[in-house]
Amino acid sequence: MITLLAAHLLAAAGAPALVRLLDRRAFLVLALVPAASFAWLLPKVVAGDLVTQEISWVPGLGLDISLRLGEVSGPFSLLVTGVGALVLFYCGWYFKPGDTELWRFSAVFTAFAGAMLGLVLSDNVYVLYIFWELTTVLSYLLVGHNPERRANRRAAMNALLVTTFGGLAMLAGLVILHLTSGTPLLSEIVADPPEATVTVQIAVALALVGAVSKSALVPFHFWLPGAMAAPTPVSAYLHAAAMVKAGIFLVAVLAPAYADLAWWRPTLATLGIVTMVIGGLRALRQYDVKLLLAYGTVSQLGFLTLIASIGTRSAAVAGLAMVVAHALFKSTLFLVVGIIDRSAGTRDLRDLSGLWRLLPWPFAAAVVAGASMAGIPPAFGFVAKEAVLASIEDLGADTGAGWGVVALAGIVVGTILTVAYTARFVWGAFATKADVPPCDIMRRSSWFVVSPVILTAASLVAGFSGPWLTTILGRAGEAYPAGAHELELTLWHGVNLPLLLSLTTIVLGIALFVARRSVAAAQHAITDRLPMPDAEQSYYAVVRGVERVSVELTGRVQRGSLPFYLGTIIVVLALLPGSMLVRAFVLDEGGLDVDLADRPAQVVIVALVIGAAIAAVRSRRRLRAVLLVGLTGYGTAMLFVLHGAPDLALTQVLVETFLLVTFVLVLRRLPPFFSERPFTADRWVRIAAGATVGLVVAGLALLTAASRIADPIGQEFAEPAVSYGGGYNIVNVTLVDIRAWDTLGELSVLVVAATGVASLIHLLTDRAERISRVPSGSGSQRWLQRLDAVRAERRSVVFEVVTRLVFHAVIVYSIFIMLIGHNEPGGGFAGGLIAGLALMVRYLVGGRQELDAAAPVDAGLVLGLGLATAALAGLLPTLLGGGVLQSAIVDIPLGPLGELHLVTSVFFDIGVYLVVIGLALDVLRSLGGGIDQHVADEDQAVGV
Amino acid sequence: MSVDLTLIIAIGVLVACGTTLVLERSLTRILVGFVLLGNGVNLFFIVASGPPGAAPIVRDNGERMADPLPQAMALTAIVITLGVTAFGLALAYRTWQLEGHDDVQDDVEDALVIRRAERDDLSASFDEVDESLPEEEGADLPAVDDEVTDENAETADDEPHNDGAPDAGGTR
Repeated sequence: MITLLAAHLLAAAGAPALVRLLDRRAFLVLALVPAASFAWLLPKVVAGDLVTQEISWVPGLGLDISLRLGEVSGPFSLLVTGVGALVLFYCGWYFKPGDTELWRFSAVFTAFAGAMLGLVLSDNVYVLYIFWELTTVLSYLLVGHNPERRANRRAAMNALLVTTFGGLAMLAGLVILHLTSGTPLLSEIVADPPEATVTVQIAVALALVGAVSKSALVPFHFWLPGAMAAPTPVSAYLHAAAMVKAGIFLVAVLAPAYADLAWWRPTLATLGIVTMVIGGLRALRQYDVKLLLAYGTVSQLGFLTLIASIGTRSAAVAGLAMVVAHALFKSTLFLVVGIIDRSAGTRDLRDLSGLWRLLPWPFAAAVVAGASMAGIPPAFGFVAKEAVLASIEDLGADTGAGWGVVALAGIVVGTILTVAYTARFVWGAFATKADVPPCDIMRRSSWFVVSPVILTAASLVAGFSGPWLTTILGRAGEAYPAGAHELELTLWHGVNLPLLLSLTTIVLGIALFVARRSVAAAQHAITDRLPMPDAEQSYYAVVRGVERVSVELTGRVQRGSLPFYLGTIIVVLALLPGSMLVRAFVLDEGGLDVDLADRPAQVVIVALVIGAAIAAVRSRRRLRAVLLVGLTGYGTAMLFVLHGAPDLALTQVLVETFLLVTFVLVLRRLPPFFSERPFTADRWVRIAAGATVGLVVAGLALLTAASRIADPIGQEFAEPAVSYGGGYNIVNVTLVDIRAWDTLGELSVLVVAATGVASLIHLLTDRAERISRVPSGSGSQRWLQRLDAVRAERRSVVFEVVTRLVFHAVIVYSIFIMLIGHNEPGGGFAGGLIAGLALMVRYLVGGRQELDAAAPVDAGLVLGLGLATAALAGLLPTLLGGGVLQSAIVDIPLGPLGELHLVTSVFFDIGVYLVVIGLALDVLRSLGGGIDQHVADEDQAVGV
Repeated sequence: MSVDLTLIIAIGVLVACGTTLVLERSLTRILVGFVLLGNGVNLFFIVASGPPGAAPIVRDNGERMADPLPQAMALTAIVITLGVTAFGLALAYRTWQLEGHDDVQDDVEDALVIRRAERDDLSASFDEVDESLPEEEGADLPAVDDEVTDENAETADDEPHNDGAPDAGGTR
């Protein structure tokens, strides 16, 4: 069964390519997938085989792909695939040749069919939910097929919101059912339902909210007529076999376990009858035949939900029969509407006239399908409706419920309306009307009518094969105790109550149709005078309210001001950790053990750092502020050394140097002074905020350090660093092994930042352009070539020569630092920064050309290569039997040279090294070379 | 455990100065403040991790080592600071290029949302409910000018009644 689902998915993925190749005929190929599924499923459903399949997915969460072809899902799956195949086939003639949206539509529609099949086949509640929401999302795309109309967008959004709302409620219910019953399998939950506590009852009610919204029952019925914004084949499928049937399916599956809950039958029966009557009344008021059918579906869905919810043996079988009948006639009717629309160019029954003569086959199909809908023999709809009436008649005997008569009366009223709107449909679409000129039609291919004719034939054949269908559909009834009468699907039961009721409904329905003008007038008079509660209007009021709240909330919290956001953070910091801090100091149990300084040199350095920091705040010159910050950085590095962190100190010094030059590269273009603003009050607020945060953070530092009772974890890192990580420098082993995931994430950040820098300066989305900036043949340049690019008065020959003499040595040294990092201070970050500084010096000597000569590669390439190396180095140990990012130690004998002690994490460090060099290159090319270019361009512009 | 007061003071001052600068409008100042903040927080890591010791490199001399874990964390933080600051500098340069200064302005789009909230308005993307019907083909009709002008006065009556959706390009 999983193969069937996978086939649908693959077909959906390949559909765009197929459409490009075959245009609209691609649908014929796509139809093969559901057709083949139908062929595979048919013998199993007929034979009554119970097929289950289980694929382990996330067993820990009870999330396995459990599929089950059972008594209820069997007939449903046949409808989904059979009708699906015919509708896809029909699409091959419905769409105009060369429709530019077909590639998307075909994929979405095929996936939709697959999702629907998955829904009826899934036994696991979570898998069911996933398919459920898949149909929701895909139907959103199908309904919004033509987004150019505002009404279509709104219809798609309504369908999405309403059914997702229901879906979420259902998910909550299913989760509760899973937890209370201990099994995520629907079949097991239903076979051994958990005790109906209040919790379980709430869960069932929540699941029903999902079913009611999906099946468009009152008060959620309004989304379905709007969904006719979809192309007609979609409507045919959606109304007949898919989407709306999901709710009925869920009700039918849950009914054996929960139909006996006190509120289950009355609630669903009331909703069903109300929906049936409202849908029928609305259908009588439509002029668009497609909309008429859509309201007809609403009405029928009420009927179907009612019968599916009864939960007796005969009702279960009758319900399934009715589902099959409905699928057959409703798909036929929609497909016929599609043909009318395509042939006559309108669907308005005030403009249609004389079509019965012009479109004989669709007319015949519509008459038979209409008979099925109205419950007129010998169509299958009659058989199913008789069975429904019989099972409701037995309601009192089977369940002891006394309101069977009420339900029967409701159904009779609904059915009278059904007969009336069916007559209105057939008359409206095909009859010759005296006051309307006959339509001109455009002849269509005869293949166009194949699908509706097949479906019509099925309606007729099923009508005559009642006994056979009784065996197949009857299996669904075995979950219930035997009822008062054994149900049999057949055309003739003898004269009994159902037959009399059928006759009554047909006669009264036709009478209603004949008197349609006065009925319409009465309807208008009533709806105009009585204020009716309108579900759609309340829904829009809710949507509008949510919209208003979101605007208000966004307006309150999203002020768009950076200082405001930071201020919020500061206030929270001062209030929450700050107040706890004050409390801790006030309570002060242990007493703080403070000494002035561990090492005397610290006092001097800290004094320097403090002075530099305060001066940086006061500075009005950009350059001075930056230099002072650099000073604090170097001071911090020295504090690191004193604390015993040589790696940190090394990196800090290198970063600080690189950053200082980068700042200067940018600041050369910015004005020398900060633009001072006159608000002194603001300034004091900032200083106060800064002082508060400083105090809180210092207090936290004091408290956390003083609260330490255990030894630092470092002592425990030492042993595994050597034995597992294969290195003596614990900090480096931590970076490339113990916390390597962290480092990998950091590398990604660096790549993003570097790319951001480059794109902000070069404003190019295309890196190819940047590669072309690299002078070709740079390798053939002589080593101490004269620099033409730098004007003579700016040159320093000593600087040039020394730089070039030292450059290669520095690069080699950087590689050395990277490689020894595993055992001594160093590593990929330090090595990469040293190489970056070497490149920076080359740039400072001779500008862009010199940088290109030193590194004739694209920065993006280096970045990508670095990230890829690190990632591959992470995967490499898995080949050697380890986990991802685990270090593997390999000793390679090198003969007389001794032994190469190779730790795989060195490759990870090489990746780090490359990423850092790539960052340096991007920064230099952009903030250095790029800005040079802008300066040169400006000079040129001024010169001209 | 005894705590090193000078380092605590250094952290406090660095963070205070950094925060003060970050609250400014000039992007250069914000970046300077960001670097100061970074230095202060990295020191915090080191102080919180315990007393100073030998470099965390395994040697067999029995010396007590400083905690390597926060060092590794601070090391990545230092390099990230470099990347982010470089990006900020590129932003500052670009702002200067476009606006002539490097001040961070309030977001214009957010200001629009605030104005909508004050007017009790709906969001810009909200489709107001109207009477139009869903239809699988065709686009919404462009707003029709209802006023009768001299030009269309004569033709208005002759125009054929068109109920159905107009085909794309089918209107005259």
